[in-house]
Amino acid sequence: MCLAVPGKVVHLRDEDDTRMAEVDFGGVRKDVCLQYIPDVELGDYVIVHVGFAIQRLDESSARETLASFENLGYLEEEFGDQLALARRQAGMDEESTAGKGELP
Amino acid sequence: MKYLEEFSDPQLARRLLDQIHATVTRPWALMEVCGGQTHSIIRHGIDQLLPEGIEMIHGPGCPVCVTPLEIIDKALEIAAREDVIFCSFGDMLRVPGSKHDLFRIKSEGSDIRLVYSPLDALKIAKENPQRQVVFFGIGFETTAPANAMTVYQAERLGIENFSLLVSHVLVPPAIAAIMESPSCRVQGFLAAGHVCSVMGTREYPALAERFEVPIVVTGFEPLDILEGIRQAVVQLESGRHEVQNAYRRAVPEDGNPVAKEMLRDVFEVTDRAWRGIGSIPRSGWRLSERYRRFDAERRFAVADIHTDESSVCRSGEVLQGLIKPNECAAFGKQCTPRNPLGATMVSSEGACAAYYQYRRLDLLPAGASR
Amino acid sequence: MTEDTLPTSTASGPAIDADSWVCPLPLRDSPNIVMGHGAGGALSAELVTHLFQPGYGAAGTTELGDAAVIAAQPGRLSFSTDSYVVKPTFFPGGNIGDLAVNGTVNDVSMCGGRPMFLSTSFILEEGTPLEDLARVARSMGWAAERAGVRLVTGDTKVVDSGNGDGIYVNTAGIGVIPDGVDIRPDRAQPGDAVLLSGCLGLHGIAVMSSREGIDFGTTVESDTAALNDLVDVMIGTGADIHVLRDPTRGGLAAAVNEIARSSEVGIEIEESRLPVPEAVSNACGLLGLDPMFVANEGKLMAIVAEQEADRVLEAMRGHEAGQDAVYIGRCVAEHPGAMVARTGIGATRVVDLPIGEQLPRIC
Repeated sequence: MCLAVPGKVVHLRDEDDTRMAEVDFGGVRKDVCLQYIPDVELGDYVIVHVGFAIQRLDESSARETLASFENLGYLEEEFGDQLALARRQAGMDEESTAGKGELP
Repeated sequence: MKYLEEFSDPQLARRLLDQIHATVTRPWALMEVCGGQTHSIIRHGIDQLLPEGIEMIHGPGCPVCVTPLEIIDKALEIAAREDVIFCSFGDMLRVPGSKHDLFRIKSEGSDIRLVYSPLDALKIAKENPQRQVVFFGIGFETTAPANAMTVYQAERLGIENFSLLVSHVLVPPAIAAIMESPSCRVQGFLAAGHVCSVMGTREYPALAERFEVPIVVTGFEPLDILEGIRQAVVQLESGRHEVQNAYRRAVPEDGNPVAKEMLRDVFEVTDRAWRGIGSIPRSGWRLSERYRRFDAERRFAVADIHTDESSVCRSGEVLQGLIKPNECAAFGKQCTPRNPLGATMVSSEGACAAYYQYRRLDLLPAGASR
Repeated sequence: MTEDTLPTSTASGPAIDADSWVCPLPLRDSPNIVMGHGAGGALSAELVTHLFQPGYGAAGTTELGDAAVIAAQPGRLSFSTDSYVVKPTFFPGGNIGDLAVNGTVNDVSMCGGRPMFLSTSFILEEGTPLEDLARVARSMGWAAERAGVRLVTGDTKVVDSGNGDGIYVNTAGIGVIPDGVDIRPDRAQPGDAVLLSGCLGLHGIAVMSSREGIDFGTTVESDTAALNDLVDVMIGTGADIHVLRDPTRGGLAAAVNEIARSSEVGIEIEESRLPVPEAVSNACGLLGLDPMFVANEGKLMAIVAEQEADRVLEAMRGHEAGQDAVYIGRCVAEHPGAMVARTGIGATRVVDLPIGEQLPRIC
């Protein structure tokens, strides 16, 4: 369950009618089967498990998630803990900071 | 964006931890389902930095740990045959069966090969047409597409000397089994990110609803784990139980439709025994009728091997967070990381193995106490 | 075979390219090792004079007695032996030959000894290409020259095809320990600083990258190198070096654990200070390995008194083999016998001795 790591597709080819790629994991290259993400293009990042790309990585989601971490606690610093507590009790905190990456 | 170091930034980790500390008002017991997450939690010491009351229960999501003794014994039987090249992922080689492990069989002259990918095993089969090549197909939904593709290719390319010893297990039935246990203490789940990369998230709302537990799809880097914990705790503190996705960059709601299609073709759902837990209905996959002839259990007639788990081992209760590892009579005595009796001592991330390390030094961190 | 057909290699550097170097005279008709090469007859003699002697070059010996005769040295000797079975025989950055010389040179050095003489003993599988053996012998000659040691005695045996795995080498080495030097695994004390001579994991990842079943493409090369000169420089600072250890098999984790147990101290390592090249880190990520457990063949860990750490570190950085030397942690009185790592996000974890070989994992 699994050790799967992100890597960048640097070369595409077909082998025995199977879509294969060379994927670069930052100085380490490995042949990877792309059969499960047929529309991958050069330069895309995929997540690889036991020699298979199982998913394409979505850069905008990654950036949103990181931005949401940056923004965490920002309100508390500015407005003090009272507001954060009130927001939390109102159940508002979560949705707005977790997935969407923008301040409410 | 390299999708790795960005998600282990110490400052952001601190910020997430501060948020978790600020959110928690009472104790909560969370289970990270996946062994990879357990590994990350221990590797980075995340459990030690959590508030006193947040308890991480290490779940049954390590395929190496939950593969039942019986399948290991079947693997040993098949691997010992002279006409067989037995291929396996590295971490299965050291898992003990009822008498010994694959390393031991190898030392006695069997041809056992470590491979990185099941496709490597298929290649070996192609190159050795006069030998039987068996791949030990273990794992959860993440690994299943790889194994499915191998069988599919074997059929397509007519590589008839290849077969798969299948012991695939599924996450959602395991979550249900854990929650149905009368003394279950788990109040929230971190769902396994890479399982969901394949399967998507649609199986989980019904579980969250039925058992009234938050389920947060979670990644594996330190920030991912902390965010999963944070979202679960926020839900618990506000009395909600929903499915949330804290690993959006790798988990679309539908997962990977192409892989799921292949899984439907190659596998069918079956009951499976889980080491330390017992049989869980409809909790695994076996080869579908169309591919049954690639089933190693069938090809080598090992279906009659039946092995019981150790009677003293209480790893099932440990897995469910019912007892602490050291409450088991065998802990640290008959059962150590070198001579593991049960699943949780087998893998270095298993709850018992991790506990053994810390207890040995009396360094047990607050978050790891169970 | 006359003197002038010997390869001309000097201390200033090898004159021959190992990759294209072939045995100067064909050994009878066979391009491969045959059983007779280990039988002590004419074939054995030819192997010595036509392959090993030219391969070893100036580091070798022309005396072919049953034993090497060495002038006795006053004081204490350090004496070590190690066998090399690395698979594959040739890997990025080196081969079994330089590994076998450097490894034993380093083992002798880790007790403070100045290595002087090595024995080299081969167990060869029938069918091994002579050209491979010649390349290995040549690498051993160069490695010995670089380290300033002599290869003074040796032996060759051949086993039936299928009963070995190409080339196995054993080397044993003798060194002389300078007066006043007392470097032992049980001398680490609470408060001591732990130093590391350079980056981690190169050898293990280089070998793994070329191993069947795991192979991957990488520019990582083995760090195999002799460390005796670096040790000399460190001793030359006059600092009291308590412990030296080369983190080979089992990596830094095994080395630190062993010292912690021998010295009955706790050792705390700060993970964020560990120099791990990006490619090593990523290869470890791919295979599920921890760089702290991956083998090194040209690095040393030193434990010295805190107040002498800066001086030793500076001396290390002034030497080619130690230019990336760093402070990585310290010895403590707590949890004697155990290694504890401080993680990047500020927690701690216990790092135990690895049980066996590092295996790629999927989970």
